[in-house]
Amino acid sequence: MKRALAAIVVLAVLAFPLVFARPFPRHVMIMIFLYGALATAWNVLAGYCGQISLGHAVYFGIGAYTSTLLIREAALTPWLGMPAGAALAVLVSQVIGYPVFRLRGHYFAIATIGVGEIVQTLFINWDWAGGARGLFVPIKRPDSLLNLQFHESKAVYYYIALGLLALALGVTHWLERSRRGYVFRAIREDQDAAASVGVHVAREKHVAIAVSAALTALGGTFWAQYVLFIDPESVFPLSLSILISLVAVLGGVGSLWGPVLGAAILVPLSEGTRVLLGGTGKALDLVIYGALIMLIAVFQPSGVIGLARRFRRDRRQATGAAQASSA
Amino acid sequence: MAGLILEARGLDVLLEDYQVLWGAHVDVGEGEIVALLGPNGAGKSTLMNTISGLLRPRGGEVVFAGRSIAGLRAHRIVREGVSHVLERRRLFPYLTVRQNVLLGAYNPAARAGRDEQLRRVTELFPLIESRANQLAHTLSGGEQQMVAIARGLMARPRLLMIDEPFLGLAPRIVDQIVGVMARINADGVAILFIEQNVERALGIAHRGFVLESGRTVLEGRAADIVRSPEIRKVFLGG
Repeated sequence: MKRALAAIVVLAVLAFPLVFARPFPRHVMIMIFLYGALATAWNVLAGYCGQISLGHAVYFGIGAYTSTLLIREAALTPWLGMPAGAALAVLVSQVIGYPVFRLRGHYFAIATIGVGEIVQTLFINWDWAGGARGLFVPIKRPDSLLNLQFHESKAVYYYIALGLLALALGVTHWLERSRRGYVFRAIREDQDAAASVGVHVAREKHVAIAVSAALTALGGTFWAQYVLFIDPESVFPLSLSILISLVAVLGGVGSLWGPVLGAAILVPLSEGTRVLLGGTGKALDLVIYGALIMLIAVFQPSGVIGLARRFRRDRRQATGAAQASSA
Repeated sequence: MAGLILEARGLDVLLEDYQVLWGAHVDVGEGEIVALLGPNGAGKSTLMNTISGLLRPRGGEVVFAGRSIAGLRAHRIVREGVSHVLERRRLFPYLTVRQNVLLGAYNPAARAGRDEQLRRVTELFPLIESRANQLAHTLSGGEQQMVAIARGLMARPRLLMIDEPFLGLAPRIVDQIVGVMARINADGVAILFIEQNVERALGIAHRGFVLESGRTVLEGRAADIVRSPEIRKVFLGG
């Protein structure tokens, strides 16, 4: 039953571009996959390891800039720029982590905001990297997979974004079952107790942020290839870092499917208000997010996924009771 | 008495810029049970946290099994054979009992013999098996304390340090834990524990150390400390 349902969902997702040929529905799905992947990446560090980062735009931006600059400087395909960006993001995450992981809780979160602002300012003033004007990804025609550019149809973008999400989910799934996953959760729940059983807390946090940063950077490269223009305002802003965390928090932190669920709720909301209200509706989606987050925080801190779990448990108990009474 | 397994001396420890320990010392012989006593705020937990590496001393020396361990980080010190059961149990609340206990064998030295050690620890604490899949935060205080001690034992320590093992527990549970401590000790594991109740502590321990305001003010055999007039002064301020 459960397996059949999963198969239907997978088939529906795979067949979606065949049914919906118009750009907008495809675009919404692509954004769900992208934000789902980013929130899943964030979840590795924040949800499992308990380190709430509000600076993940740094890694997203590094992914976007690395691949774009490699196209400009070396005519390198984004398919190589993508892992290069991920590698650089890992390197940067380790440098950032060294001082920032000494802080705990709110202080850690605040420090990551500070780092994000610093990086954005650096890029605004870095002329070689386009400065405040940003960078155009050189247009290549005709469409080609090698150049990761598609001007005729969004179908290929759709499957690439889906692939990124699948990768992020795969890594998280593996982590959830591995010994390292337990260690991350132990750090989240009690860092001192984790240290007292012999966990090298600092090292594990560095592993978590490396995985998280790499996956986030992949999304950055994808974004650059999707919109073909990047600037510090669009890839390094604090609002992006916060959005990534909101998506995960709304859906359910520390669970495999929570961040995807969050993206599936918030992205249509954001795209919908944008289309319905145009420029005047700017940030209305954020007003709605804000209200949703408050409701979730008060009534269901484990996110929408917690709501789903509760519903399922209630139903199972109800059917259990029905069977017991009929027997 | 056989040789010392732990010797900490001259420890100066600061929390932020407030000095908590002033040249404090404590030592534990091989296979011995030692109680660390003293009123609230005397620095007992700080001393234990310093030995296990959660805090770093500004000055002083900690020698374990002939090796200096002062300044090493906590995860390294566990590997040397010192296991620390923190104050208020500090289990991982949303992991199961089994996951909590297995994480105790996280360090590479303990991982090899994990299954055998799990069997031994389960003999001491049958609830590890009967409650294996229960989330730790749903256990009672006494059960949590047992799981915490079990987790500490999974590291196969030569010295087990327990911070306030009896805090907030019913008398019957206290007796149970005292019994388990005796059995652990009979297997050759030295124990250092913190307790506020002097008579109870010294009924279990071979020797005791008394801290007051960050200094070791009294030490000796349990029987001698119970009878000493100084102990009244420390605890009653008389």
